[in-house]
Amino acid sequence: MTTQASSASQTSDERVLHVLEFPGGYTRSTGPVIGRFLTGLRSGRIYGVRTPDGKVLIPPTEYDPVTAAALGAADEDWVEVGPAGTVTSWTWVDEPRGDHPLDRPFAWALIRPDGADTALLHVVDSGSKAAMATGMRVHATWRAERTGSVKDIAAFAPGEGPAEVPVLAGEAELEPVSVVTLPHRLEYRLRGGTVWNHFIDGMAVGQIRGTRCAACGKVYVPPRGACPADGLPATEWVDLPDTGVLTTFAVNNVPAAGAPEVPFISGYVLLDGADIAMLVLVSDVPWQDVRIGMRVRAVWVPEAERTRSVKNLKWFAPSGEPDVPYERFEEYV
Amino acid sequence: MGNRCAVIGVGQTAYRTKRADVSLAGLVREAALRALEDAGLTFADIDSVVLGKAPDMFEGVATPELYLADALGAAGKPMMRVHTAGSVGGSTALVGTSQVQAGVHERVLVVAFEKQSESNATWALSTHSPFSASLVVGAGGYFAPYIRAYIRQSGAPGNIGMMVAVKDRINALRNPYAHLKIPNIDLAMVEESMMLWDPIRYLETCPSSDGAVAMVLGSERAAAAAAAATGRRPAWVHGAAMRSEPMGMAGRDSVDPRAGRDCAADVYRQAGVTEPRRQFAAAEVYVPFSWYEPMWLENLGFAEKGAGWKLTEAGATAFDGDIPWNPSGGVLSSNPIGASGMIRFAEAAQQVRGQAGEHQVAAAADGSRLALGHAYGGGSQFFAMWAVGANKP
Repeated sequence: MTTQASSASQTSDERVLHVLEFPGGYTRSTGPVIGRFLTGLRSGRIYGVRTPDGKVLIPPTEYDPVTAAALGAADEDWVEVGPAGTVTSWTWVDEPRGDHPLDRPFAWALIRPDGADTALLHVVDSGSKAAMATGMRVHATWRAERTGSVKDIAAFAPGEGPAEVPVLAGEAELEPVSVVTLPHRLEYRLRGGTVWNHFIDGMAVGQIRGTRCAACGKVYVPPRGACPADGLPATEWVDLPDTGVLTTFAVNNVPAAGAPEVPFISGYVLLDGADIAMLVLVSDVPWQDVRIGMRVRAVWVPEAERTRSVKNLKWFAPSGEPDVPYERFEEYV
Repeated sequence: MGNRCAVIGVGQTAYRTKRADVSLAGLVREAALRALEDAGLTFADIDSVVLGKAPDMFEGVATPELYLADALGAAGKPMMRVHTAGSVGGSTALVGTSQVQAGVHERVLVVAFEKQSESNATWALSTHSPFSASLVVGAGGYFAPYIRAYIRQSGAPGNIGMMVAVKDRINALRNPYAHLKIPNIDLAMVEESMMLWDPIRYLETCPSSDGAVAMVLGSERAAAAAAAATGRRPAWVHGAAMRSEPMGMAGRDSVDPRAGRDCAADVYRQAGVTEPRRQFAAAEVYVPFSWYEPMWLENLGFAEKGAGWKLTEAGATAFDGDIPWNPSGGVLSSNPIGASGMIRFAEAAQQVRGQAGEHQVAAAADGSRLALGHAYGGGSQFFAMWAVGANKP
């Protein structure tokens, strides 16, 4: 085991793309009120809901924002509004982005449909910023294929417009909207920071690096910039061997995207010289033969295939050395 | 401790695999209205709303407190959201409790919910940062190694987890709100169920549930008024505490976390509890995987280190045992994650109020003993607990 001083200049500092995306998207139950609104949009009609004090809310809310009363229980509480309305405020988008509703400059606007007391946030396709004005009259333009979404209104266009809405084929046979699927995609470009970068530089060459807390002397791997126990800097680098003891484990029989074929072993390995066990995969051994106290050694991807990634360390496999008595590592489980 | 605080209303939804008929707002509303009705109050009587919710990735709603303000009558009132992973339901109740104890508010509505049907908790729990190895193991895969370590350390026989699973599912048959109802559940059925994350079998795990729970917490004056109006007695908070600890800390005991021990010690000190097994008449403890009953029996001081499984084996924690654990059926029978912790707190309150219905533990209702509500979350690094009783502290 060798030690060396921390040095930010020895590390590169690339950003890492990190994407969180739930396959298939979230399925949101609409409940009766939002469901009725979305079902109306699919028919090419905009419905608001009336509050006990006579206000018509668009988009409808399930509960009165003032009194908390439940809204929309009776048919007579539903009011068709629009399709024309008045712009109450707006902002101009000169350079639409990829996920914007239009591929040409447009306005985001608050539009109060005729007959409503509140405004809906939507798009005005006016052609130019000069054509936009607070108080201008606009009307909904509809998509021919509608699914029960606020995007069924393609945009609002200047002027009063026609009252006719293109009929959706087969609409009478459709069930009311009760569930919507919402894809979410979060894309981050993360910077690892000095400690992580030095760690990953080590992984690129098959070296596991930890840090030692200056106060309590504990060695952390993966490394930490500060000790989780006492909060003091942990800046001394420690090159650790890739051997250790399996402190405990699970045999996973639940298949999962990104995981190895079942059954696979996930477990905690306490590297020799470290003071905290790492969560790793254990392989190259029948699952029935895996045991607490087993000596293990890292299995690396071939040198030629290594990248700057934790994936260089494939998993741990039995080293063939004798098992370690439980008492020797029980405080590090 | 400050001013006295009491539970004056409790409301739950039934816990189900899927509540397709209601939105998130409709779901929390159902629980909130039942709690208000139980307290003889309306939204207009509430001074403050505290909302609890497990990780945002679960349903993909990042700011539920904004979206749910209308449904919870929060217009013009202080509203806040609490987030401490699986313990959040308990922490939410304790934030509301501290508002009353501090004398800031008279009546606080606390609400917690989960609609697991709208996403996939295992996926949401496995979205590691790029700075660590990604192991798609979910909660079961995370906790299984610690269960294995507990079995190794305590020398417990392999059937203890199955005994807990059977006991809690039998208790659930008495609870009209419970999600899993398996009428003929027995050890053989649990043993034959698939081994998911060895040593955790399928029937030793909690279900994925939709559901919500709410409580109205009140000051001494509010409690007196509610009792007079409804004829139902309050549950008084005798001790309440939260603790946390870092997940990755050298020497951390993941089997018997110090934060759990410290949290219990604080609650017991406030409540005057020196012998938990004798002084509590019932306990609602967060047991999402069966083996967490013996583990928490030790962590919470009901048994000596290494001896928790002996209480389970002897039947002490059964419905007719000397210290019933999870008479409601517990998390093993109903698990809307964000709500599960508050359900434990609410069920403890119902026990000492004598309002637990078919799963009422008789000794909990006579006023002489307390009930424990417990929640934990994250990598068992967040803890929230309270001790409640029928008499004023």
